[in-house]
Amino acid sequence: MSSHATAMSSGGSGSVWEGGQSPYATNSKKFGMWLFLISDSLTFSAMLFVYTYSRVTNPDWPEPFDFSPAIIFSTIMTFCLLSSSLTMVLAVHAMNHGDRKATVRWILATMLGGGAFVVLHMSEWMKLINVEHVTALNNPWGVPLFGGTFFALTGLHMTHVICGLIYLTFIAVGVGRGKFKAEDVEVSGLYWHFVDLVWMFIFPLVYLMSAKVG
Amino acid sequence: MSTHAEEIPHVGASISTFAKVWIALLVMTGIEVLLAYEQVPAMIMLTVLLGLSIVKAALIIAYFMHLKFEKLSLFLTLFPMLIFCIVLMLIFLGDAVRIPNMRPPA
Repeated sequence: MSSHATAMSSGGSGSVWEGGQSPYATNSKKFGMWLFLISDSLTFSAMLFVYTYSRVTNPDWPEPFDFSPAIIFSTIMTFCLLSSSLTMVLAVHAMNHGDRKATVRWILATMLGGGAFVVLHMSEWMKLINVEHVTALNNPWGVPLFGGTFFALTGLHMTHVICGLIYLTFIAVGVGRGKFKAEDVEVSGLYWHFVDLVWMFIFPLVYLMSAKVG
Repeated sequence: MSTHAEEIPHVGASISTFAKVWIALLVMTGIEVLLAYEQVPAMIMLTVLLGLSIVKAALIIAYFMHLKFEKLSLFLTLFPMLIFCIVLMLIFLGDAVRIPNMRPPA
């Protein structure tokens, strides 16, 4: 598909903005996913902004993340997500070369990374809720906005990871059964990388900026 | 809509490039964690963290999400508006800085 589309768009006369067969030289699924991801990044930007705004307006914002274990935990979570992005790229690469078995293996490795992230994140949440007594509405430091913004932001991100795991399950099963084309794996990869990308902002802004050493 | 989609080698980066990008992302994450451990002053910390995050995001978008190998028109359609909207949001940050000073003393 892509080679045909490239030929059509670059071979035709005039600029890509004059309309034509395939101005982006990409398939509709991929373009649709890009549009979704851009709108989703606006949602996450707004939530990160709300977190930052609340933090700046409250000079007594809590710093509940001890370097050990909370920051070390979240660093391992970051490592899991980053590595799962690499394995996802390798899955797309294998699918582009028609190797369905390797594709399924790499997608399963991706899901393992994502699964580890969710488990570690849940245990982090449980510690905050049960040990530090932080809820979405209240906390011992008297800054209720901390819990509200923290749980909303990381909760929305975790929901995305869980949705990604379900999405990848469908793709892995389908690819294993001989269904789906390379572009379908690539589109699911786009979604997965986006989830990773969002964490690249949440991790420093929410965790590292509130790190407590000693 | 080629029926031979799986046989066409895809234009893009090689596995070694992906591995290099992954290592670069890990190194940058390591630097971020080190900054947190060293308890760098907040404004310097925030600036460096945001700078590194933007570089990391750009690497992920360019290589892992393949945008570097797509047509420029796709990038131009998607990203300028996103950046513009985010910058518009930041206008309100001035308000946040002012609010603590407007509170009556306790």
